[in-house]
Amino acid sequence: MAEEKKPKKERVKKKYPMPEQPPEERIHNFNEVPIGQTEDVIKKEAQRCLQCKPSEKRKLCYDGCPVGIDIPAFIKKIQEDDLEGAIGIIKRYNNLPAVCGRVCPYENQCEGNCVVGKIKDSEPVAIGRMERFLADWERARGVKAPELPPRKDKKVAVVGSGPAGLTVAADLAKKGYQVTLFEALHSPGGVLVYGIPEFRLPKAIVRAEVSYIETLGVKLVTDAVVGKSISMQELSEQNDAIFVATGAGLPKWMNIPGENLNGILSANEFLTRANLMKSYMFPDADTPNRIGKKVATIGGGNVAMDCARTSLRLGAEESWIIYRRTETELPARIEEVHHAMQEGVKFQFLTAPVKYEGDETGYVKKMECCRMKLGEPDASGRRRPLVCPGENFELDVDTVLIAIGQSPNPIVPQTTPEIKTTKWGTIVVDDWQRTSMKGVFAAGDIATGDATVILAMGGGKRAAEAMDRYLSENEDWPAPETWEQ
Amino acid sequence: MYEIVSKKDLSSDIHLLEIKAPMIAKRAKAGQFIMLMVDDKGERIPLTMADWNSEKGTVTIIELEAGKTTKQLGMLKVGDKLRSIVGPLGMETELENHGTVVCIGGGIGIALMYPVVRALKQAGNEIISIMGSKTASTMILEEEISAVSDVIHICTDDGTKGHHGFVSDILKQMLDEKKPIDMVYAVGPIIMMKVISDITRPFGVHTVVSLNPIMVDGTGMCGSCRVSIDGKTKFACVDGPEFDGHKVDFKLLIERNRRYLEEEKRSLEKFDKEVQ
Repeated sequence: MAEEKKPKKERVKKKYPMPEQPPEERIHNFNEVPIGQTEDVIKKEAQRCLQCKPSEKRKLCYDGCPVGIDIPAFIKKIQEDDLEGAIGIIKRYNNLPAVCGRVCPYENQCEGNCVVGKIKDSEPVAIGRMERFLADWERARGVKAPELPPRKDKKVAVVGSGPAGLTVAADLAKKGYQVTLFEALHSPGGVLVYGIPEFRLPKAIVRAEVSYIETLGVKLVTDAVVGKSISMQELSEQNDAIFVATGAGLPKWMNIPGENLNGILSANEFLTRANLMKSYMFPDADTPNRIGKKVATIGGGNVAMDCARTSLRLGAEESWIIYRRTETELPARIEEVHHAMQEGVKFQFLTAPVKYEGDETGYVKKMECCRMKLGEPDASGRRRPLVCPGENFELDVDTVLIAIGQSPNPIVPQTTPEIKTTKWGTIVVDDWQRTSMKGVFAAGDIATGDATVILAMGGGKRAAEAMDRYLSENEDWPAPETWEQ
Repeated sequence: MYEIVSKKDLSSDIHLLEIKAPMIAKRAKAGQFIMLMVDDKGERIPLTMADWNSEKGTVTIIELEAGKTTKQLGMLKVGDKLRSIVGPLGMETELENHGTVVCIGGGIGIALMYPVVRALKQAGNEIISIMGSKTASTMILEEEISAVSDVIHICTDDGTKGHHGFVSDILKQMLDEKKPIDMVYAVGPIIMMKVISDITRPFGVHTVVSLNPIMVDGTGMCGSCRVSIDGKTKFACVDGPEFDGHKVDFKLLIERNRRYLEEEKRSLEKFDKEVQ
């Protein structure tokens, strides 16, 4: 391998640190936690990259990237002091680098495969931080719209402006299609705007990424609930193809007694109030978000961490994560768990609520929990949590946030019987992201169930390629019986 | 942005606003609602549509000044624009020919009652409308509802017009007199809908109520509007807003609608200070 021939030089084993707001300070504001690195540091970080060549023997950084960014190539550009060239390479693959540079689970993806990270006592190259830096560097200088090919006479409707929808809209606009992007809420971005908190992904950045996509000629229509404000039928009459990416926005409940008490909210409601509606500015913003002294968040994913950390910032005295497995099984990103712990979020593992009790005004005051232990691994490979009978105990709480996952948004399938769904409510798609309705493609959480931003973008990428093929070469569509499972 | 094309003050604190929103106007059906937001920092609030005009591309709302947002709405002028309006949301009224339908509206609930009465009338029903307000000057849409009803009863709490008392008095009397009633439709204050449902229950008369819980997105994403129907949790925004009144847990709805009373008060006080 190439690196073996290079003259031996002292390797920097660890990532160059990312400066962060100190925990005791940041729990009183909604500003971003990582402050960002300098150009100088990023260039030094780039020197840590070994520029691995493609290998059949092992997976490399780009194999771990759901949108397939040519990572060694962009890092090489940084090594050569060509930052513009570097961001140019990223944007060929990824339309939302400032978002991905912040919320991607790189540790399991590109950085998880990084050869440097496999060396004893070494950390992988900080690919995510470099992506973030380059996107921010470009935005600060003013993003230039790329040169676009001549406009095609084909029209595409994209339903949902989250990560998958934005990806498809941008990719198809770059190929010259006339794209209209529909968003149900009053601001575009989907989960990037209503779900992910400001301190993890500033909304100004989402706005800038969406503006960039608008400069590609994408027409944005907000306040449009497809299936209610306009039907899929109408869209298919007005367009040559449709992409559905309506996400997993339907909160799951545990269906245990007392769940409708005041003070018990879905993660979606709590985060939408905080993020989209800016409840942290109340009463300067009109939407309230009442937070108690002792908050329990049920669940162990990124959304649960977001809830627990937002609670502290809104003034909770104690913020607990209640999770039925152990720390090892927490599905949240390590960085999020780490940040939550630094900020004083407390963890109650091997615990699940079974019942809530309210006071005379209908507010939750107590939560009965059962203790759990881990049994044999289940289908997901994680050890199944089992109830320990007779070991129930009570916790005093005045706010409970349910963050146990989201189901696919049902409005499009419910109002469009031609579109087949699975028993979990996801839209059935084939390898080309085609649905059972001709000309209609789907990706993101509506097709996969709740997953990550970058996986939704990867699905969008595949859909955009398939849609281009469908619109320009081959209008074939799978036979109806294909969709019978 | 959605322009206000006409405005009428129906009383000192009840306003009719006609808003340009062609996508909604084209598809609106009786019983559905919209969510609106006045400005960037505004709250998203659900409001019922009193009417719509698909040719003009407008929807009409009638709103009562109750909190900060509705007060702010009341101060807007023709030509002003709203930050957001989305709809039509929720399920539409089931428009069968039931026979004789008693439609009951209380206060601002009468705004939603109007398109429902009109549609039920068109579906062939005989309509008996009962409308109640605090006082004669806050009674809305009397002429309009009268034009699409076979019989109309007016009630005021203070006796300044029609029956001196509640809408439920009239309904109770009709049921006691064994008047044939195939269905009751009620929309208004929660307590009114509860009383109506309690009155019809022993008579076995199918009773539909239109619920008004607190909502955030209005599209099924947050569950702020969850209500308990026959012991099962439903989202009023997508499963409703209409439900079988005999199955609604009204106590829960009343409690849940009081969740943000303190904040609502604080917000209104701040606004009042600012506009003085």
